[in-house]
Order: sequence, then C-alpha cells, then structure tokens
Amino acid sequence: MTITQEEVFSKVQEVLVDALGVDDDEVVPEAKLATDLGAESIDFLDIVFRLEKAFGIKIDQGEMIPDNVLNDPKYVQDEKVTDHGMQELRERLPHADLDAFDESRNVDEFSDIFTVDTVVKFVQTKLES
Amino acid sequence: MRWIWIDRILVLEKQHRCVAIKNISLAEELLRDHLPATECRPAFPVMPNTLVIEGMAQAAGILVGASNDFTEKVILAKISKASFFEAARPGFSLHFDATIERLDRQGASTHGTVQLIDPENGSRKPMAEIDLLFSHVDQNMAGLEFPDRNFVFTGQFMDLLRQSGFGDLIPTDFVEE
Repeated sequence: MTITQEEVFSKVQEVLVDALGVDDDEVVPEAKLATDLGAESIDFLDIVFRLEKAFGIKIDQGEMIPDNVLNDPKYVQDEKVTDHGMQELRERLPHADLDAFDESRNVDEFSDIFTVDTVVKFVQTKLES
Repeated sequence: MRWIWIDRILVLEKQHRCVAIKNISLAEELLRDHLPATECRPAFPVMPNTLVIEGMAQAAGILVGASNDFTEKVILAKISKASFFEAARPGFSLHFDATIERLDRQGASTHGTVQLIDPENGSRKPMAEIDLLFSHVDQNMAGLEFPDRNFVFTGQFMDLLRQSGFGDLIPTDFVEE
C-alpha cells in the first residue's frame, strides 16, 4: 500500500509535535527545525528514533543528518564548507535543498537546511526505496 | 551522598529489559519536607515525581549501559514522556520496568512503566509511564572530549549490580570511580 505525501506530512507533523513540544500549526513545510521549531542537537536523534517507529523504517546513523562532515578539515576550512565538502553533502543529502546554503557555506547555518519539507522528502525516499 | 533511587535490580536482560524495585520509607529525609503540614491539611509525605523519573532513568540507564558492556557514557538527554496516575507514598514499593525501544551507536530510547505495589496484599496499580532518551555522550559531542574513565557508572551503581546478583555483567577491566 502506498502512502500519500499528505499522509507522510501528517505523520511527520505528529512526530515533530511530540519530539519538540510545538503546536500543529507551527509545523509547516518551510519551517526550519532548529531556527523555527527550536530543535537542539539531541532532538535530531529523538526525531530519527520517532520516524523509525512511526513509519516502520530503519534509518542508519548519518543517513538523515550527516555526521563527520562538518568537523572534518577535509570538508571544512575557516568555518566554511569547501567544494569537496559541498559535493559530499549533495551526495549524502539528496533529500535536502542545498542551494541556499551553497551561497554562504557557513557551518553555523548548516542546520537551516533541515526543514519540515526536508524530513518529509527524506521519509518519502526511504519508503520508496 | 548516595544518589541512587532504586534498591534492587530484579531482571536485567541486555539490549531488552530491566526491572528494578524501590521501597519508599518514611525514614527518608526528603519526605519530611515533601509535603509538610499546612494550616489547611496535615503532612502528606510523598516521593516527588521528579525522583520517580530519576529512578526510571537509573534503571533504564543501567539497561542501556549494560547493553554495551558499560563502554559508553550514558547520559539522560530527554524525558520524552512522563505521566503519573498515583502518588508514591511511604510504605509502598515502586516497580520500575524499562524496555529498550531503539539502541544504536549514538544513544537509546526506552519505554518505562512504574507500578505501585501495596505490600499489604501485593496488589499493583499503574503509577506512571516514563519514556526516556539517552545519549552516548562520546558519540554526540563533536569537538568536545571527556575523560576516558566512565564517570556515569559509579561504584554505587556497580555495587547495586553486584548486590542484585548481576555482577557478572561488569567487565573485568571496568575502572570504577
């Protein structure tokens, strides 16, 4: 049975409401998890665990949110992601829109790429694979 | 100070389940002030729900720690859910039952129930439901470094394991605080 985009969004919304203690109407597609919804680093682990449970999927470490990229000098220099780093991020985050981030490449702004829509697209990709 | 809010571990199955018991005694100092008498009512000694959460965190934390042979520093990162249905009163026992929902290199999530046991007749009532998220702190603190020794699982916890009959789960090379 296929699950529609609306159904994925609805479940993701429920996960984010429970994990972050926000209201339904705050969880809109363009909302940034960290900046708009107040997610802290540990919340991302919580969100991954809850998504697994809600959708019956397995999410490997670093699959939704890459680790060991932003603290690797091979990919980051002077607090900015290098060309090599951007290439790595695009390969590992096909579900994310990295174009806006590509303009600044500031490591501090990296968390802004994780919007509600990013999470929905990630789940859809997992469900289709 | 002994900061330990479970008295005995009854069941400890690595990567699965931990059951622990806590007997609430009127001799515990904290019950004197929680809650004292007022002009409107007599004293109502009750174990604070925050400490019931701590008891669950200790039972579930030992479970998460044992699941990796105490190689990880297991830190309570988030209280995902805490619902209470009864007051934890002296003369009763708390039965903590924690199960692992998800365990990976970064951390673990646990589901827990607490039952209030009446020793008069052995009856049990649901007392609380407490779901927790634990972080393996060495895996989640990019750029930060912690001591090599495992400062989470102190001698108090290891003694509890031994006294409960689970000393064989402590690695022989484990360095205790």
